[in-house]
Amino acid sequence: MGMAQELHVLAVDDSLVDRKVIERLLKISCCKVTAVESGRRALQYLGLDGEKSSMGIDGLKVNLILTDYSMPGMTGYELLKKIKESSALSKIPVVIMSSEKILPRIDRCLEEGAEEFLLKPVKLSDVKRLRDFILRGEGDDDKLTDKKIKEACSRKRKFQDDSTTQVTAHDIESSPESSASSESQQQKQSKIG
Amino acid sequence: MESQKKRQAAYMKKNLLDQGYLDEQFAHLEELQDDANPNFVEEVVKSFYTDSARFIRNIEVALENGPYDFTKLDNMMYQFKGSSSSIGARRVKRQCSMFQECCYAKNIEGCRNTFQGVKQEYATLKTKLETYFQVSPSLNNSNKHLYATTLFVCLNIFSKKLFQAKLL
Repeated sequence: MGMAQELHVLAVDDSLVDRKVIERLLKISCCKVTAVESGRRALQYLGLDGEKSSMGIDGLKVNLILTDYSMPGMTGYELLKKIKESSALSKIPVVIMSSEKILPRIDRCLEEGAEEFLLKPVKLSDVKRLRDFILRGEGDDDKLTDKKIKEACSRKRKFQDDSTTQVTAHDIESSPESSASSESQQQKQSKIG
Repeated sequence: MESQKKRQAAYMKKNLLDQGYLDEQFAHLEELQDDANPNFVEEVVKSFYTDSARFIRNIEVALENGPYDFTKLDNMMYQFKGSSSSIGARRVKRQCSMFQECCYAKNIEGCRNTFQGVKQEYATLKTKLETYFQVSPSLNNSNKHLYATTLFVCLNIFSKKLFQAKLL
């Protein structure tokens, strides 16, 4: 604890443009970056896909997984679930990124164990804040659980209270959140108002 | 000469921002450039062109014949919109949103019209950015050249003086 560490971040995004940007943001924030284009590739890298993990080869422990939500094949949410279900990897913090601020989606991710939900385009200040948060957590495992729960709760409240945010009117996915989202938004709005 | 190019680039960028072609995300990306990565934005924008060409092609194919899968069309445009947003392509992004609204309304004619709008805005932005990058990266290269030349001349003078003082 107290060591100046360089975090190793696994970034997952199907968009080439976004991968380039997030890679630059992380490098500027003094993080080592491994960028992959899908959830499946991420699981392969982490050794969860039945294939030999590349982690053993270069010995670089992953300190943070930063994943896009909407990806073809496996969504960021599905990737999050698989990581949290794995005894080997469940302690690695996972942060979800999305260009849409859909409250039920955010709730689902936080409840599944995501550390944070970042709105795209991601800013340098977001990445630095994340890095500092992870670095603090890396040296303090015992107090992590309570602290995480409190912070996750305050983050949920922050998303609900943020009145400057535009929420998209629709989400044409085949998930139940699309019909429930407008209702639950109204409920949440009335809670604040 | 150099300050003129610098002024030109700054003027172009101001216009692009004022006229809404670009938003502050583009400026944020430029802030991520440094001497070691002077062409970062241009590289990202080139990736955007590659991705965009693919999105446009795929959407064109999907709009050709019925039955139309509006969910698929929406998903494809969502990806294109995401890339546009990541480089700060404000007008393109807005056109993408309009297309998505037509998908939601299952309005195929609306989709076709707004898609024309997307392609138009994309083509306009591409032309303007190509001009912009012609002016700005040369700044980095010529500044380095100027710096190197100045350094060389100073070292030359300095070593001559040392030689004269019989220190060399």
